[in-house]
Parts: sequence; structure tokens; C-alpha cells
Amino acid sequence: MELTTDILRLATIGSVDDGKSTLIGRLLVDTRQLFDDQLDAVVNASERRGVGDLDLSFVTDGLRAEREQGITIDVAYRYASTPQRKFIIADCPGHVQYTRNMATGASTADLALVVVDVAHGLKEQTRRHLCIAALLGVRGLVVAVNKMDAVHWSSAAFQGVVDEVETVAGELGFDAITCVPTSALLGDNVVDASDHTPWYTGPTVLEALESSDAGAWTNATNGPRLPIQWVLRQPGGGRTYAGMVNGDTLHEGDAVTLLPAGIETTITALNTLHNGADVRAGAGLSIDVALADETDAGRGDMLACAPLPRVTREIAATVCWFGERPLVTGSRLRLKHTTRVTPARIVALDGVVDVATLSVETADELRTNDIGLVQLQTADPLVVDDYRDNRVTGSFVLIDEVTNATVAAGMVGRAAFL
Amino acid sequence: MTLTPLRPQTTTDHLSLLESHAVYILREVAAECERPVLLFSGGKDSAVLLHLAVKAFAPGRLPFPVMHVDTGQNFPEVLAFRDQTVANLGARLVIASVQEAIDRGRVADPGPHGARNRLQTVALLDAIVEHGFDAAFGGARRDEDKARAKERILSFRDAFGQWDPRQQRPELWQLYQGRVNAGEHLRAFPLSDWTELDIWQYIERENVALPPIYFAHEREVIRRDAMWLAVNEFIQPRSGEHVERRLVRYRTVGDATCTGAVESDAVSVEAIVREVATANVSERGATRADDRFSETAMEDRKREGYF
Ligand SMILES: Nc1nc2c(ncn2[C@@H]2O[C@H](COP(=O)(O)OP(=O)(O)O)[C@@H](O)[C@H]2O)c(=O)[nH]1
Ligand SMILES: [Mg+2]
Repeated sequence: MELTTDILRLATIGSVDDGKSTLIGRLLVDTRQLFDDQLDAVVNASERRGVGDLDLSFVTDGLRAEREQGITIDVAYRYASTPQRKFIIADCPGHVQYTRNMATGASTADLALVVVDVAHGLKEQTRRHLCIAALLGVRGLVVAVNKMDAVHWSSAAFQGVVDEVETVAGELGFDAITCVPTSALLGDNVVDASDHTPWYTGPTVLEALESSDAGAWTNATNGPRLPIQWVLRQPGGGRTYAGMVNGDTLHEGDAVTLLPAGIETTITALNTLHNGADVRAGAGLSIDVALADETDAGRGDMLACAPLPRVTREIAATVCWFGERPLVTGSRLRLKHTTRVTPARIVALDGVVDVATLSVETADELRTNDIGLVQLQTADPLVVDDYRDNRVTGSFVLIDEVTNATVAAGMVGRAAFL
Repeated sequence: MTLTPLRPQTTTDHLSLLESHAVYILREVAAECERPVLLFSGGKDSAVLLHLAVKAFAPGRLPFPVMHVDTGQNFPEVLAFRDQTVANLGARLVIASVQEAIDRGRVADPGPHGARNRLQTVALLDAIVEHGFDAAFGGARRDEDKARAKERILSFRDAFGQWDPRQQRPELWQLYQGRVNAGEHLRAFPLSDWTELDIWQYIERENVALPPIYFAHEREVIRRDAMWLAVNEFIQPRSGEHVERRLVRYRTVGDATCTGAVESDAVSVEAIVREVATANVSERGATRADDRFSETAMEDRKREGYF
């Protein structure tokens, strides 16, 4: 891989009150990421609200309503770093009505930090989150089997949850799973190894995060793609095409196809922001390129190397529906895919996913927070890969034509487990 | 409580990723919105933002104007820097003036020594309406404050300029969608995922020019609210306070009546990077009186339409 990064993006997932925010607070406090004044503010807020000396969930639950109600409403982003790597942490809400916010946090995550209350095991909401994380292409899980203090550090209770998690994670096709018995409240096995769990010899949560393989965003099995964002006019009359690379690394001299037009040409020059003229650029870098041939390429078009993406007006996709009104066959929406926005219509609803059993049931509508399989038709052709091959060219959002709200996350194709 | 922070090792790669992401956001919003504007205060974050915007569209000109929400209570060095930077770029500068808002009777005059930070919201929203802007780029970062930590990269504002933290649009992958109806607008924050240290490392790598007050210098200051405040036309010693000369620098630059300095001998960017990497107090905690009014000061201001 050309562009290695030491940034790990992770999202907390799991049911409400299982301890996600407390765990992140604990992780940040015990690795000394908080400034003194930030820690003092959390201590003061805890005292003022009568929730003890230090409510660690207040580290991320920063909104007034969140602190009043003791819940997480929307994602909080926190930044941390240890000598091993940098972390971008998305602490997501657990409530079902905030699933859209959880999906927001998980959509850019390399890894999910799952928190499960050991006394309750996997709740439906945890299964829903695992299902969404799997759909979104998260490959690795670190599972904090939490509140071990409340079950007297029972290894049998821990093992019971581990068995449950492994069964579900196996069905959903996660690659790597590490389960850790924790008490976020007391700090056991979060940053420091616990004395209460002599039967556990695995890593702490921090060690698991530091050693996990990031890779989700860069795990591309298809050629380089450059969706064109903007055309830059060069002095002397030429043009270069700007965008962010995804998929494999793009090189100067690569033979590329301009899509959807299907025009074959060559990259004659490639500029990165840092180096100017360069010979290659990997996924996640914003660049601009010059082409050998005159074309009318513009925003919404894509440059791609073989194996090429498909050009199509008809897409079979998996969607997470966040709209307030149900999604039905015939619904008209706007669709944004890479840098192209086009009108779209739902032509068929192939079913809704039962998150408990992962079976697909027939349905005539998708309700808020349902996951469903749909067939879409678009006014303009789209240049797509399957989501499982490419998280950028395989993803889209649906937009309400009247309110402009983002009402669905869409993934081209169907996950292997459905 | 003082803890020794375990802050980042110096790496270079992550800066390229942050830079690329910010440029991607700038280009998306410029392409999707009709009339964007870039908020430029002359502070370090907005200097980095402007630098990124220039890179995003080079060799072309900036495809949008820059706007300064001017409280009328500025550090003269910062105003000079603002004017010089804008002139060098040949960019169009729009000034949203709090003084004008006061003169027109839009807001009550808080008096010669009153903080005008909150009044910026009125001047900003008035200018957005007057110029028909549908998107405003800001240099806010999520690591600055707990309310900012919750905000989307593209943050929707209703027809009254309000932010509703309970009703944020889902923001999936990097599919930033900037559609708004007439009268509504967006705030776009390309530096969302940058930390203070990232900003300084990037300033070092790219040689981004800054106003001189960011670097250690001697200044007449007084101690107030556990901050060093510069003595100037807006801040005069009250009884019991005495004026001292100290070696200080600014970690943030805002309204001259409520922005404090920190003691520092860091005269170069390199020295500041070292200082920031081991700081024990956050930049807003160290230097902003306006965040200390209440637990949710920033959230409350943001709900009303603040940056
Ligand atoms: N006994 C015990 N309680 C915990 C632990 N972790 C979190 N809690 C409590 O569980 C409740 C919910 O925690 P919170 O972090 O807000 O959960 P979230 O909804 O998943 O973010 C709070 O009252 C916490 O103090 C733990 O390890 N042990
Ligand atoms: Mg929470």
C-alpha cells in the first residue's frame, strides 16, 4: 500500500446505557488526552448535576440536553494520540431514534468499538448497530464486555457474551474480533490491565485499538478512481481535473477511461497538494491531473483504470432509511453519488432486513431506521462499483426533494450476509 | 490536577490527509452552493483555511469572497495582517461590521468596554442575508469545544440562522450535500478534524503567514479572570489591578476585549509546536473569557447562529 497512515478512525456502537460514552471518557482520561481545564469542567458539571465526583460520559456528552437527560443524542468527535497512532473517535448514540447519527459516525470508521453490558448480553439495538456497521464496511471489532464490576468479574458471564458476539459477528462477516472484559466506570482493562480478571490474558481496550489493522478505507480491490470535482484552468489554456483519489493508487502515465462517456486517454501529469508535480497519489489524496486528449470532462464525471466501474441508470442497493415518512415504490428523491447529483426513483422494494435474524422479509414500505433492499432508477447515468469493493464509488445518499434533508444511506449491491 | 499529556509524535503523513480532506470539502461546497463566502478573522485557523482555499483553486482565483465579522475591537496587528493578506491574494473582502449594526440600532451598544463577541452573530447573519450567501466556510475545529465536537462538517442553519443540535442532517461518508432552500444556509468547517497541534504543524510545513501577536513578545498586561489581558484602548486596569510588562503570546485571536494572552517565550513556529505539544490547558480555556460564562456558552451562542 502506497499511502500508509497512522490515523485510526473508530466509532462506538451498542445499545443505550451499556457504557459507550463512559468508556471513551475513561480512555481519554487515563491516556491523559484531556487538558486540565477540560477535566475540571467535567468534574464541575458532574458535581453541579449531582452525578458523583466525575461522570466520565460528560467528556463526550457535551450538549445541554445530553447532560440533563444523561444520554447521547448525536455523535461527538474526539481526537487522541498515543506513541502508536492517532485516533479519531466518534462516540455514537445508542437510542434507536438516533440511528441516523450512529450511521453518520460509523460511515467513516475503520473499526467499531462495541460496548455490551455483560449483564444484559446482546440487545436488539446492539444487533442493529452491528448489522449497520457490517453494511457500512467496517471490518474490525473491539468488543468491550462492560460493567464487569456488576457481575463480580465473572469469567463465565464474560464468556457468555463472547460466545454471543462471536456468533453474530461470524454471521455478519467481520474479520477481526477482540473481546475485552472491562469496567469503564472503574477503569479495568481500558488503559490499565485489571487485577480483578486474572483469568484474562488478552489486551486492554487501548492495546487492542493500537494494534488493530486500520485498513477499511484503503482496502480496495479495484482500480484507481478519480471522481472529478472541479476543473482548473491552467495559464496558457490547458485544463486539469481536480478530485480525491479512491481505490488503488493512481500514477502519472496511467491509461484511464473517462466515464460515463467511455473515452480512453492517459494521465500526462499529476499534481498533489504537497509536492506539486508528482508521479502517483493514493486513496484519500486530493490531486489534479492533466489528460493527453481534449475532452469535455467536468464535475460528475469519473476517471478510472481497469477493472472499470459500471455505467448504469439502474441500481440494486441496500439502504438505511432515515426519513420520517416511509419509503415506498415510486418515491422520488434526489441522489448524490460521488460528485454527481441526479433525480432518482424507487422502482421496487425487494424487502426489509430483520436485524435479529438477518433474514429479508417482504415489505411494501421502509419505515424510519429500517434497512431494506431496493431497486433504483436514476435520470443520469452513474459510474458505480459494488460497495463491498469500494466504499466511495459504491455509496450514495438520498435527499428529500422538498426539505433537502438527507434521508437515506445507500450501498450499491447486497451484503454477503443478506 | 496536572497530568503530563501523551500527545502526538510528530508525523507528516496525517497532515497530507487532513489537507486533502479540507480541500475536498472546499471544492464540494464551492461546486454545490451558489454563493459561498469564507470567514476570515486573521486568526491562525482562518489563515490556514484561506491558505487551503487558495491551494484548492490554484492557479485560478478564489471562487468566493472572504468576510470579516469585525467587532470594531481588534488588535491592530491583526487588522493589518488581514488587509495585507487579502490584498496579496486580490480577493474580495466583505466586512460585516458590529459597529454598523450598533449604529443602525440593530443591537444595543454594550458600552465602550463591553464584550461584542456575541453581537457578532447579528452582524454575521445580517451580512449573510444582505449578500445572499448560502454557505459560509469557517475555521472552527471540533477539538476546541464540546459543542463543536458535536457539529457536522456541513452544518445546516435555518432561515433564522439557528443551529439545532437535535436535528442535524445525517452526514455519511464524504458525501457532503449542500442543498438548502432560499433563506437557509450552511456553515462548512473544513478543519473539523484538525487539532491545535495539527494546525501548528501545518503552519510550520507550509510556511503559512500569521499576525505577529501569535509569537512571544513583550506587552503591557494585567491579570484578570486568571488570564493576561493586554492593556489597550478597550482594556484599562481597574482598581486593584496593576500593569506589568510580560513576555506573552496569543493562542487564539478574537475580540480584543475578551481574548487573553499566555506567558510564552516561543518566538518561532517550531517553538510553538513544541509548546502546544506539551500544553496542559486548552486554547479556549487559556484565553477566552467568552466561554466561561456558563457550561454551555458555546452551544448557546451556536444555536443563535454564531460561527
Ligand atoms: N457499574 C458500572 N456502570 C457503568 C460502567 N460503565 C458505564 N456505567 C454506567 O452506565 C450508565 C450509562 O453509561 P453511558 O456511558 O452514558 O452509556 P452509553 O449510553 O452507552 O453512552 C451510566 O450511569 C454509567 O455510569 C461500568 O463499567 N460499570
Ligand atoms: Mg453515550
